[in-house]
Amino acid sequence: MPLLSMHDAMAQFVRDGMSVALEGFTHLIPYAAGHELIRQGRRDLHLIRMTPDLLYDQLIGMGCARKLTFSWGGNPGVGSLHRLRDAVEHGWPVPLELDEHTHAGMAVAYCAGASHLPFGMLRGYIGTDLVSANPRIRCVECPYTGEQLTTVPALNPDVTILHAQRADRAGNVAINGIVGAQREAGLAAAVLLVTVEEIVDQLPPAMNSIVLPHWVVTAVVHCPGGAYPAYAQGCYERDNAFYQAWDGIARDRTTFSAWMERHVLATADHRAFLAGLKVDT
Amino acid sequence: MSHWTRDEMMTVAAARMLWDRCVCFVGIGLPSAACNLARLTHAPDIVLIYESGTIGTRPGVLPLSIGDGELAQTAACVVPLPEVFSHYLQAGRVDVGFLGAAQIDRYANLNSTVIGPYDAPTTRLPGAGGAPEIAAHARQTFVVMKATPRSCVAQLDFRTSAGFLGGGDERERSAARGAGPRAVITDFGILTPHEMSRELQLTALFPGATVAQAKAAVGWPLISAASIEVLAEPTPNELQTLRDLHSRTHTAHSRPIELPV
Repeated sequence: MPLLSMHDAMAQFVRDGMSVALEGFTHLIPYAAGHELIRQGRRDLHLIRMTPDLLYDQLIGMGCARKLTFSWGGNPGVGSLHRLRDAVEHGWPVPLELDEHTHAGMAVAYCAGASHLPFGMLRGYIGTDLVSANPRIRCVECPYTGEQLTTVPALNPDVTILHAQRADRAGNVAINGIVGAQREAGLAAAVLLVTVEEIVDQLPPAMNSIVLPHWVVTAVVHCPGGAYPAYAQGCYERDNAFYQAWDGIARDRTTFSAWMERHVLATADHRAFLAGLKVDT
Repeated sequence: MSHWTRDEMMTVAAARMLWDRCVCFVGIGLPSAACNLARLTHAPDIVLIYESGTIGTRPGVLPLSIGDGELAQTAACVVPLPEVFSHYLQAGRVDVGFLGAAQIDRYANLNSTVIGPYDAPTTRLPGAGGAPEIAAHARQTFVVMKATPRSCVAQLDFRTSAGFLGGGDERERSAARGAGPRAVITDFGILTPHEMSRELQLTALFPGATVAQAKAAVGWPLISAASIEVLAEPTPNELQTLRDLHSRTHTAHSRPIELPV
């Protein structure tokens, strides 16, 4: 398991046109990795994420994505993701194909992907027009009872990128707090990249917190603050004020592009990104 | 205690529908305020589940997102997200689900996906999230939304979550296992489904609201129940508790975060 720089990890493993899941349910969203993909000018990505959040708003608005697999695309507690909306409603800056699901559907799709099964199964999508909007939501008859059960195709991203509190030098990764579907998304992928707050000689005893063992992890990147403006439990809090401010920044194409140019494209790395925000405040 | 707002009355009315020890699947916004108001007043042992996997959480301030750190820190346990949906919600371990939406129809079906056609929407809304499975599997649901002719419509642009589908026993004949919407809490009063037709009818009004206002706010011909209850206005304790909660929340959410590194 190599320890790579953010630049090298993204350049080496994420290519134009790939399917990429940057997971983390509100907590531990890999912002620094996403920003590096924007800096490197990735195009035609198939982005996968249950809740696109501000990070995918940024990737979509910067023209990195051709397709989005998702289940809830809002700014939590605030309102719309304006760049996602602009792409869907007006094709700006490029048209975006949607593969839309429910949370429960994406959760079983990741579980199926992690298990290398062809589809996930649930009692779900009942009475919803999503079934006609998305022809890949289908059903299967239970061979024991005859019951019709809903199916969704397994999600197996080319690359999954996660952020975690810590890894050890062998590449074992520990996550505390809200774990979302990170473990499933990580094990479903062909390549798993993990950015971490710190690298330690010895991980704390795992107990019930999640450890991704070293042989399922492709590479680790040391990136303190890498989930900001989301949070890393025990390290720093979610910047709710920034999430609220994003509504004003992203509402307008010009304001958005100027913000991205100044804070992401014109900064060399995440350290410089954070330093730039500090100057602003 | 000063006069209350419609928003406050909605929150109080929703909170009063919850009971102690009930297991409640909570959404962000007004449902979260209502559930925590219930916990801080008449239902101290209510079990709050947020879809981020936090179970039995007791936040001191309302979360802005469904997965704020506050929820994990005050939870009885934190489970992976697939487990919340499969082992708890789908398995029938949730008493009450709270839902909101951009549009509702007379059978309490909900749209939170698009306004206009799906492939060329005039307004792209956030989408389904956990709602379709909450609507299907919670033993009952409460819907909370402001009523206008644009939100209470004769025909949904998209059906995201099932209420009573086409009415009558259509829901019972579907694969949905929960009993469906028990009440729709609006900003003028409460609508509840008729026991046979399942069509929503006006059964309760907020103090000061009128039947005429309710009918004007709904985009289909709203039926009134034979007797309409007038809800008690918020008590001083309910109002004070709710205002303190919002005030603590506002302070917490506007506090500058120390940037990492």
